[in-house]
Amino acid sequence: MEPLLMKRRRFLRGAALAAGGALLTTRLSFAGTGGDSRLIVVIMRGAVDGLAAVPPYGDPDYARLRGGLAIAAPGATDGALRLDDLFGLHPQFRFLQESFAAGELTVFQATATAYRERSHFDGQDVLESGVLVPHASQTGWLNRALAAQPKSLGHGAERGVALGSNVPLMMRGPAAVASWAPTKLAELDPDTLQRIADLYSHDPLLGARLGDAQAADSMAGDDASGMMAAGNNRYEEVIRATAGFLANDAGPRVAVFDTTGWDTHANEGGARGQLGNRFGALDGALRSLKTQLGATWRNTAILAVTEFGRTAAVNGTGGSDHGTGTAAFLLGGAVHGGKVISDWPGLAAATLYQQRDVKPTLDVRAVFKGTLADHMGVPAGALDVVFPDSEGVRPLRDLFRA
Amino acid sequence: MRDSTAAAIATNRFGLGARPGELAACAADPRGWLEAQLKGPPPRIAEPALQSTAAMVATIDQVRAQNRQLRAGNPGAELIAAVTKLGEIYRPAYVGEVTARLRLAASTERPFLERITQFWSNHFAVSVDKAIILGVAGSYEREAIRPNVLGSFQQLLMAVERHPAMLLYLDNFRSVGPDSMLAARAQERAGKALGINENLAREIMELHTLGVDGGYTQADVTAFAKVITGWSIGAMGKGIQAGGVPGEFFFRTNIHEPGTQTVLGRSYSQDGLGQGQSVLVDLAHNPATARHIATQLARHFIADEPPPEAVTTLSRVFLHSDGDLPTVYRALIAQEAAWSQPLGKFKTPNDYVISAWRALEVPIDDARKVPPVFANLGQRVWSPNSPAGWPDRSADWDGASALMQRLRWADELGQRLGAEVNAVQLAPQILGTTLSDNTRVALTRAASAAQALTLLLAAPEFMRR
Repeated sequence: MEPLLMKRRRFLRGAALAAGGALLTTRLSFAGTGGDSRLIVVIMRGAVDGLAAVPPYGDPDYARLRGGLAIAAPGATDGALRLDDLFGLHPQFRFLQESFAAGELTVFQATATAYRERSHFDGQDVLESGVLVPHASQTGWLNRALAAQPKSLGHGAERGVALGSNVPLMMRGPAAVASWAPTKLAELDPDTLQRIADLYSHDPLLGARLGDAQAADSMAGDDASGMMAAGNNRYEEVIRATAGFLANDAGPRVAVFDTTGWDTHANEGGARGQLGNRFGALDGALRSLKTQLGATWRNTAILAVTEFGRTAAVNGTGGSDHGTGTAAFLLGGAVHGGKVISDWPGLAAATLYQQRDVKPTLDVRAVFKGTLADHMGVPAGALDVVFPDSEGVRPLRDLFRA
Repeated sequence: MRDSTAAAIATNRFGLGARPGELAACAADPRGWLEAQLKGPPPRIAEPALQSTAAMVATIDQVRAQNRQLRAGNPGAELIAAVTKLGEIYRPAYVGEVTARLRLAASTERPFLERITQFWSNHFAVSVDKAIILGVAGSYEREAIRPNVLGSFQQLLMAVERHPAMLLYLDNFRSVGPDSMLAARAQERAGKALGINENLAREIMELHTLGVDGGYTQADVTAFAKVITGWSIGAMGKGIQAGGVPGEFFFRTNIHEPGTQTVLGRSYSQDGLGQGQSVLVDLAHNPATARHIATQLARHFIADEPPPEAVTTLSRVFLHSDGDLPTVYRALIAQEAAWSQPLGKFKTPNDYVISAWRALEVPIDDARKVPPVFANLGQRVWSPNSPAGWPDRSADWDGASALMQRLRWADELGQRLGAEVNAVQLAPQILGTTLSDNTRVALTRAASAAQALTLLLAAPEFMRR
C-alpha cells in the first residue's frame, strides 16, 4: 500500500516537497526580490492595549490617565524599556528591546485599521480581510497577496501555512494554504488513510483538505508532530512548527498564527500582572522563534498586529475597554529597524479619538502594503487589488534592509 | 407515508445524529417528531455530585479567606504547601459537568431540544479562558440556559444577564457608577476614582440582542453600562465585594449609578434594579434583536448563508409572538429550505463527537477522558476565545489539520470498538438515505471490522449535516 499512498500524496499536494532541491536552486536566484523572504503574521485577538505594550512614558498626560496601569519611565523600578525620549516597551518585552537595539525591530504607535467601531469580531474581520467594511469579503489580504506574487518566484504547492486547526480569514482565499496543529492522537495507518482518500475522491473539499493535511504533517517535522506543549510557554508547539515549516526551503514562505487573551477589561496590571505575563510569554516565544529559524531569520519578517486598541484611561475595574489606536510590531532579520514610526497625536483630552481612545494617525495597511511590496515581492500594481479602496494609503517604505 | 429522507434530515440537521433505531422511530412523521420534543419541561441534569454556582462561589470565597489568613501568618515555604489552589477546585467540577453534558446529549430522546440548548449556551457564551469560569461554566448552563429554552427570549435573556457566571465573565460584578454612593466615598477618603466597565453592556447589545449592526452607538453602550452598575454577586470577597448571599445575584445599591439614563433614544428613570430590567425588556423586543436571533438560528440549522426568506419569517414570528421561543422553533421546523438544502454544513467538533457517541452508544468509563476528546478535536467545551462564542460556518471548522485530528480520533474509536460493532449494518441505521454507494462499498471491502468503523465515522455524509 505504501507506494500507492505516496502516489496519492503527490497527486494531491505533495509534488513540490519531493522536488525541494530543485526548487531551492530556483529560489536562490531571486534572493532579495521576495523568493527567499519569510513572513509570519501573529494575530493578537482581543484588542491589545497599545499604551501598555508601547508606553508613551514621555507624554505629559500618560501617567494621569493610566493610573495603576501606567508603566514608569525607563530607569525606575519595573520601568519601561527605553526606545526614545517619548516611547518605551513594556518591561516584559526584553527580547523585543534587544531586537530594537540590534536594528531588527520597528515599532508602530497610534495605528489602526480602517475600522472605527468597537466590536472585536468586526474589527478582526476588517484586519484580516483588508477591506473597509466588516464581512464584505470571504478572502483575506494575506492570501490574496500570495496569489498576486509573481509565478517566477517559484513555490511549493502551498505558499502559506496556518498554525492552528483551522485557517483564519486572513489566510483564506484563492491561493492553496496548509494548516497544522499539534496532536496527541495516534497517526492512522497508511492503508486506512489510503481508503479514506479514496472515499474523499468524490468530495472536492474533503479530498483537498486531506491532501493538505498530509503534506503539512510531513513538513512540520517529527519533533513537532505527536507532542503537546510541555514547557511553560503556551506558544512552544506553535513556534516549533512555524520554524519547521519556514526553515524548510521547499516549504511555505508565509505563516500565520493566533494569540489570545488580550481583552483586558479587568485587573490588567501594569509592569507585572495579567497582561505583563502575556507580553512576557509572547516575547519568549518570539525569541525562541528566532533561535529555531537559524539562518532563515535573516530573511524573516514578523508582523504582530491586533484589531484595535483600548481606552486611554483606566476603567472602573483596573482594566481598559475597547478603543481605537494601538501599537504594532515589525520584527526580524530582514527588517530595517531600530525605529519607532509614529505621528504621535498625544493623550490630551482634546486630541483623543471621541474623547476616549488613542487617535489613529497611521493606517496599518500602509505597513502591510510596504511589507508585501518590499519584502514579499508583490508587484506595486497588485497592492490595490490585495487592499481594495486603499489608493490613498501609500505603502510605507524603507521598512526592510536593502 | 414514511419519508426516509426527511427522517435523515430531522435526526441529523435538527438533531444530534441518529442513534440506532431513531430513524425508524421518526420516519412516520419527522416534523411531528421534532415538534413533540418541544413539549414538557426541558430535561434537567440531575447528577448529585454537580454543584450549584452559589455553592461553588461560596467555596471559592472560603478558600480565598483561608489562603489570606495563611499568607498573613506564614510567609515561608510551608505556605506553598498549605495554600489551596483554586484550580484544584475548578477542575473536578469542570470534568463532572462536561461528562454529564455529554451523557445527556448522547442518550437524549429529545436531541433537537439539546441542540437548541447548546445553541443558546453558545449564543450567550462564557469561556473557561477566564480561570474562575472553569468552576461555573457547567452550572451556568444548567441554571441559566436549560430551564429557559422553552420560555420567552426575554425570560432567557434576563436569566443569563443576572447569572453570576456572566457577571464574572464580562466583568460587570464590580463595575462602579462614577457618581454612586461608594464612588463618592472612595473619592473623598482616598482620592480614588472608581468607574464603570462597559464590557457586559457592549456584548449584550452586540452579541446577545441587537447585533453589531443593530443601531446602537458608543453613547448607548456607556449609558447602558451605567444602568447595570450594581448588577453583581453576593460575597465575592472583601470590601465592595462583601455582602449578599454567596454566589447569588446581588444588586449593590451603593455602586449603582443614580439618575436617568438614555439608551437607544429612550429615557429610563427607574431607581435601582428596575432600570436595567426595563432596558433588557426593550432590547428583547427590539426588531433588530428579532432579526439577529433569526439569522443566527437559520445559520445554525439551515445553511451558512441562510435563505433570506427564512430569516424574514423567523424574525416576524419572533416579534409577533413576543419572543415565544417554542413558536419560533416551530416556524424553523416549518421552513421548507431546512428540508431541501443538501448536506452542506460541516459538523463542529462538538457535534461530531456527540454524533459518534450517539451512533455507537459508547460507554463512558473514565470521566477524565471526556474533556480531552473535545480539546484534541479543537473545541474544548465552554472555551470559545471570545464572548461571541464558537463560530458557526463550515469554513471555521473544516481546516486540513482539524479534519486530520477528527480522522485520528475516528480511528481510535474504530480500533477500540470495531470488534463489537458491525459498521456495515450500522451505517444505514444512522445515515438512512444519505448513505452513499461509495461509502457502502468501502465499508463492505474494509480490511477489518475496526477499519470499517473508522471509515464510517470518516465518511463525508457523517462529517456533515
